[in-house]
Amino acid sequence: MKAIVNVFLKAGVLDSQGKAVHHALNSLKFDNVEDVRIGKQIVLQLNGTDKAKAMSDVTKMCEELLANTVIEDYTIELI
Amino acid sequence: MKISILQFPGTNCEYDTQYAFEKLGAITQIIWHKSTTIPEDTDLLVIAGGFSYGDYLRSGAIAKFSPVMSAINTYANNGGKVLGICNGFQVLTEARLLPGALKRNKGLHFISKYHYLKVENNENVFLEKLNTGDVINIPIAHHDGNYYIDDAGLKELEVNGQILLKYTDANGEIKNPNGSVASIAGVCNKEKNIFGLMPHPERAIETLLGSDDGIKMLQGFLAS
Repeated sequence: MKAIVNVFLKAGVLDSQGKAVHHALNSLKFDNVEDVRIGKQIVLQLNGTDKAKAMSDVTKMCEELLANTVIEDYTIELI
Repeated sequence: MKISILQFPGTNCEYDTQYAFEKLGAITQIIWHKSTTIPEDTDLLVIAGGFSYGDYLRSGAIAKFSPVMSAINTYANNGGKVLGICNGFQVLTEARLLPGALKRNKGLHFISKYHYLKVENNENVFLEKLNTGDVINIPIAHHDGNYYIDDAGLKELEVNGQILLKYTDANGEIKNPNGSVASIAGVCNKEKNIFGLMPHPERAIETLLGSDDGIKMLQGFLAS
């Protein structure tokens, strides 16, 4: 089983990299871009087939290490 | 006065810190992060600057799981004095020993230069040799020094007098190099025994090298 973890800065926390890329896209004349948020994706290869256990384990990993919940939100997808 | 200075893989300011404190007469010892204890007679524990674990994932994120960190938690919870400089500040916020977090600088650049700081509060063991309102000139050198805390947290810091240093110009007017909330350069915990700051006082101890304003600050760390 794979777990795909996406980590982004929380809404309301300024994403300077996203802003810089947004400006760059606008200067390339991509005027339809309204906002850019940059995050990171962490892909975990897990053993076992118990999805509920995997979800609770990965949530714990996010809370303890993968995200800094003071400034970041995360999403978890199991495939 | 005995000072223990922590060393993680990637720490690079431990010897500067040692040199600075020894110049002021302290006895220092460098502690490798694999140690599960810190010397019992430690009067001040310093987490020095650098790039622990290459800043992988987030600055300070991996260091908080080093074996020595549980000893630091115990030491700090028993009232021991802890000072985190630059990467040390990042480690302390990641370990939740200090509130807030340090993000990528607003301008996205690594900033390395002298910067003026204003002492916001000297009612703590760390800055008692300085006066509230003093402006000092100390180098900064960081990529992730943009201090973030939410509005409720900021209010709490203000009410408890936990904001110790702010970035300013030479006249003490706010001048923010990196986007930090309220131009904050250094904070302490509520109990006022843990202090983290992004600037490097250990690099401002020789007038020949630009400033010796760091000496007064370091002397405060040595007091009591």
